[in-house]
Amino acid sequence: MSMSYINRPNRPLHVYALLYLAFLYVPVLFLPLFSFNDSIFIAFPLKEFTFKWYEVMFNNEPMLAALANSVKVGVVTSIVATFLGIFAAKAVTRYRMPGRGPVVAFIMLPLVIPGIIFGVSLLILLSELGVRLSLYTVTLGHIIVCVPFAMVTMIPRFEGFDASIEEASSDLGENMWWTFWRVTFPVVFPGIIASFLLCFTISFDEFIIAFFLSGTEPTLPIYMWSQLRFPDKLPGVLALGSIILMVSFVVVFAAHWIRNRGMPYKRVGGV
Amino acid sequence: MTDNTATLRSTLPRSTKSGGWLSSLLMRFEALRGYLLLSPTLLIMIIGICVPLFILVGMSLWTQHGFEFDKSLTLANYFNVAEQPIYKALLARSILISGGCALATVILSYPMAYFVAFHVHRHKMVWIILMTLPFWTSYLLRVFSWKIILGYNGVINSGLIGMGLIDQPLEFLLYSPLAVVITLTHAWSAFAILPIYVSLEKIDRSLLEAATDLGDGPVRRFFRITFPMSLPGVIAAALIIFIPTVGDYITPTLLGGPDGIMLANLISAQFGKVNDWPMGAALAIALMVTVALFSVVFVIISRKVTERIT
Repeated sequence: MSMSYINRPNRPLHVYALLYLAFLYVPVLFLPLFSFNDSIFIAFPLKEFTFKWYEVMFNNEPMLAALANSVKVGVVTSIVATFLGIFAAKAVTRYRMPGRGPVVAFIMLPLVIPGIIFGVSLLILLSELGVRLSLYTVTLGHIIVCVPFAMVTMIPRFEGFDASIEEASSDLGENMWWTFWRVTFPVVFPGIIASFLLCFTISFDEFIIAFFLSGTEPTLPIYMWSQLRFPDKLPGVLALGSIILMVSFVVVFAAHWIRNRGMPYKRVGGV
Repeated sequence: MTDNTATLRSTLPRSTKSGGWLSSLLMRFEALRGYLLLSPTLLIMIIGICVPLFILVGMSLWTQHGFEFDKSLTLANYFNVAEQPIYKALLARSILISGGCALATVILSYPMAYFVAFHVHRHKMVWIILMTLPFWTSYLLRVFSWKIILGYNGVINSGLIGMGLIDQPLEFLLYSPLAVVITLTHAWSAFAILPIYVSLEKIDRSLLEAATDLGDGPVRRFFRITFPMSLPGVIAAALIIFIPTVGDYITPTLLGGPDGIMLANLISAQFGKVNDWPMGAALAIALMVTVALFSVVFVIISRKVTERIT
């Protein structure tokens, strides 16, 4: 630790870091707190502890239907986006291509265009084509938003492994298809899982595009949005929200863990 | 040595000539294979990005007549945007709120990113996951949690009344531009931390040692080395927050109130209650162009500043 005289422990900064984490987490934690509170009003002081909002939630048919819709959209979105991400990541890491930079920048565009612009312009396109709004149109919108994330997740995987292994496989007589399944796929598999999980999380949570592109069947965020106006529905939404929070914490933690397993460098920054 | 380079030079043109034809074919072949592999993704993205944006521009030149579109091309909607004070006011407010949010987020996140880059030596990954984890949870719920906190009967008001500090709930908390800025700052902070952290982490530590050895104190060292070198990350963070928050629709609706409504609310109203799609398209484009202009000006100014101080 020759650096230690520069990086002397800095107590105020440490305190600030902990306060910052509190700022990040405390607001979110009010959701589960009030989901166990036996009162229709979301206010202090707390009343009795109760599970009844969770019971209410599990008996709420429209909410469960919306949950199922979101899962369907999320699964299809993440599978398609991940496959498109694999193709794109392999192409830009394995082949010398003129115009590679602009193409990558173009695919990354959804990251820097406000979601409302996408939602509105896709809505106009679909209505001009006479396509009826449905879960399919929501899925289309979500795929476009997720592809950049899938590609960004897959690129380090392809950069991290030696292309000569693939060449060896094809020299030994495997065709392209078998080389992919027997050599490439196992190596990039953790990246695929991570991309799948991240895309699912994004799609599951996405609101603005779904707001413009969903028809009569709402996704879960759209359903929750419609419930926020009714105070008596709020505790049920909080119960559902708490479960979603817990599940997404677990999923994202798993995605990070899987993505960093077996990577050539273990730590971000590599220091 | 000179002999070698001379022979190399004399053989070089010929070899590139004979090999150039072959390798350029290979290159083209390789590029072709690359683009072939890329084509499904590229096709979907063109269908999903270029075509809709093209049609958006087209529709902004139409006008709405009852339930029909008048498809003759006109700039009437854009004149409308330029003339009606409400559009300009909402556009200005959207830019102000998002700009304020970007500024607040960067200022709040910088010390945190600095802490993790320079003062965390073990379990860095755990800290990074901890900082970014809330970002992956439901945006809608994160925004809504601030309504619980700032609301008329919310956590702050009911808490303060319970402690006997105030008699009446504080009304300025909810339904104000300030509430929107606070909420957006909270919701987008993970996006600011990562680019700043990466730019700090990349700084060569020996530069800091050199500055110390040459007699710079911690404050001077920070402003002469660390801060200028982290500016690219700061600029990226500001843009990453500014651009999407301008288009945010959830937060102003839930927490903005009449004074905190942003242009995105108006755009979505054009596609809903107001039912004037061409006007909505024109507003969306006005928003996009304004955001792009502000971002470009911001990048140019901050480049100049970076050059000045490094």
